[in-house]
Amino acid sequence: MDAVDISRFLTGMTLAVHIIFATIGVGMPLFFAIAEFIGIKKKSAQYIALAQRWAKGYTITVAVGVVTGTVIGLQLSLLWPTFMRIGGHVIALPLFMETFAFFFEAIFLSIYLYTWNRFKNQWIHFLMSIPVIIGGTFSALFITSVNSFMNTPAGMEFKGGRMVNVDPIEAMFNASFFVRSFHVVTTALMTMAFILASIAAFKLLKNKVVKDRAYHQAALKMTMIAGLIFSLLSMLAGDLSAKFLHQVQPEKLAAYEWHFDTASRADLVLFGVLDESTQEVKGALHIPGALSFLSDSSFDTEVKGLNDFPKDELPPLIVHYFFDLMVFFGIFCFVVSFAYVVMLWIKKRNPQHQFLLYTILLTGPAAMLAIEFGWFLTELGRQPWIIRGFLKVQDAVTDANGLVFVTILFAILYFVLLFSATYVLLKMFKNKTAHEHIEHLNRNRGEA
Amino acid sequence: MNYELVGISVLWLFLFGYIIVASIDFGAGFFSLHAKLFNQSHQINHLIQRYLNPVWEVTNVFFVFFFVGIVGFFPDTAYYYGTVLLIPGSIALILLSIRGAFYAFENYGQDSKLSWLMLYAVSGLLIPASLSTALTISEGGFIKETATGKIDLNWTALLLNPYGWAVVFLALVSVLYISSGFLTFYAHRAHDHNAYELMRKWFLMWGPPMMFISLFVFLSLRVQNEAHFNSAVWDYGWLFILSFIAFIAAGILTYMKKAHGIAFIFVIIQIGTAFFGYGLSKLPYILYPYIQIKDAVTSDGMAVVLIIAFIGGLLLLCPSLFFIFKLFVFDKDYVRGKK
Repeated sequence: MDAVDISRFLTGMTLAVHIIFATIGVGMPLFFAIAEFIGIKKKSAQYIALAQRWAKGYTITVAVGVVTGTVIGLQLSLLWPTFMRIGGHVIALPLFMETFAFFFEAIFLSIYLYTWNRFKNQWIHFLMSIPVIIGGTFSALFITSVNSFMNTPAGMEFKGGRMVNVDPIEAMFNASFFVRSFHVVTTALMTMAFILASIAAFKLLKNKVVKDRAYHQAALKMTMIAGLIFSLLSMLAGDLSAKFLHQVQPEKLAAYEWHFDTASRADLVLFGVLDESTQEVKGALHIPGALSFLSDSSFDTEVKGLNDFPKDELPPLIVHYFFDLMVFFGIFCFVVSFAYVVMLWIKKRNPQHQFLLYTILLTGPAAMLAIEFGWFLTELGRQPWIIRGFLKVQDAVTDANGLVFVTILFAILYFVLLFSATYVLLKMFKNKTAHEHIEHLNRNRGEA
Repeated sequence: MNYELVGISVLWLFLFGYIIVASIDFGAGFFSLHAKLFNQSHQINHLIQRYLNPVWEVTNVFFVFFFVGIVGFFPDTAYYYGTVLLIPGSIALILLSIRGAFYAFENYGQDSKLSWLMLYAVSGLLIPASLSTALTISEGGFIKETATGKIDLNWTALLLNPYGWAVVFLALVSVLYISSGFLTFYAHRAHDHNAYELMRKWFLMWGPPMMFISLFVFLSLRVQNEAHFNSAVWDYGWLFILSFIAFIAAGILTYMKKAHGIAFIFVIIQIGTAFFGYGLSKLPYILYPYIQIKDAVTSDGMAVVLIIAFIGGLLLLCPSLFFIFKLFVFDKDYVRGKK
């Protein structure tokens, strides 16, 4: 492997780890805020315990998110110094603002976590969660803006290998910013909902502490309803993304769908295996005209095919698999949450049906995998560019020696972090069951 | 307006902020481990945790802020520092990750292990050492260029350099000095007599060696980069004299067990004047002789927007920072463990 491959591998590995914790980081605050809100409103210790326990687990994921986020922030300059020299100052504004948002979130998260009993009025403590939600969401928006710039650069001119006449606002609000941010935020909330639902389903299936059932059922109901709402929004975001790609990055969409020849009434290809030399797709499910419809809401829309782009600017065709998997897992989550809400709605049915609980158990991992696949496909889909149309990855990589050495070090680090974070999270709730926690809260209230 | 000067001042200020808050944090790790090994944990650990649990994440952001800012204002730094710091920077990052994560695992996970405390404490001392490499490299003489114009770090020059080692030791000792200075104040405020005695002893103990190493850094800077040394002595010598006066004042107050809050303010003045004296005398270079502040700066439009964003950010951050300190540092009942 040469420097480009190793650097790509290391960057990919860092992001693959970071995105797990970043997604939780963006999604989680809303959930403990909702739980606390219901808890205060209904004067229910059960929901307060829910908020406290979610927030407690969150401290661990946030810690890993913070450190891996710091790593990727600096790795950009360490592995891709030429990219940062050329483009760093154009994306400086969103990067800078991201730090502010993160700062804001960090401050209020600390306050939120350590002041459960400090304010006389419970609503004041609840209010501390608002800046955490805002900070988390905005840091996602700003960092997505940076990534969007790399896909659809704007607000600068390229002269003599440098970016000049920079318009910071135009660069920040580049063409793909809104559609991607929307997708990132909705899928983060969706994923978080399903992860929390998975935990509740797991506890209900295991049924070890019978007294905790009501607590887990409440959590399940709340997260599944949220899951349904956010998966609907995510599908809307996905649809907008496809339409956007059709307009602005057609080579990416064509690669997602192995669409080789420009044509109207283009098929949507599901699954299948590709023979790259003959461009033949085997074993795939073709939905006639669906790609055209997805691109522009009309079956007659002409969709540009891969053969109409320069050969050395094509993304790798493996992205199709990631696309299929992302969509499949996303839709799976939607179907499960839909089924659950229907069961809930029809009073006679039992939404805690064993089979349903097993499928709910799968939604958390499925949603997280969809996030990973989604990022793999969008990042690989930008190849061979690091800044689409302006700078290729091989021209941006570092000249320094020692890449293999640091890659091994980071691989060990991520392994240790993932392993210990899981261990700590699993152990965290062993000592005190939910009903003990609720009783504890009730007791304290009695005294106060 | 002179954007590059505004930019570098802002960044230097944030780096200074990081040095103070991170030193407190890094030193605290060392003190916790030391206390654990000598069975004094009960004396200081709860004190350290009460301060650190709420603020460690905020500490980290100061650092992120600095490196994001410097690339934004001075894109060339990304190229030079990014390339040559691949290994030292990665090692620092790994140590920072281990430290941050295991701190959280240890304290929030309530599953204390001596090995985790070791990771936390030892990494805290190695991080300042590895980060200080960047300061050493900035003095020039550690970058080798190939015929094709590629650059890389000259490891032999770096590892055999007395100035580099002096900076490493200075970073280490200052961390312990600043940290014990703050914790003396915090323990005194907490009416935690045992912790206070211990921290005060550490503080008085680390002061003299720190001064001694500082002198050595000065002398070796003369060999490494004479222009920088001359500027430091002749143009900004007064700042270093101020720093020394503040050092004496902090030492006397602490020795006499008086006004610990003011003593710590003297510590901040001491470090601040020395740090800004160092920075000012270094100008116009950010990396000798490759990057000067004037030729590395970002486009004017971006500089203006960054400065506006910065002011807006400060308006948001200052009250928030004040709020968090009010809750966890200035609130007597919290500090004394009653909340």
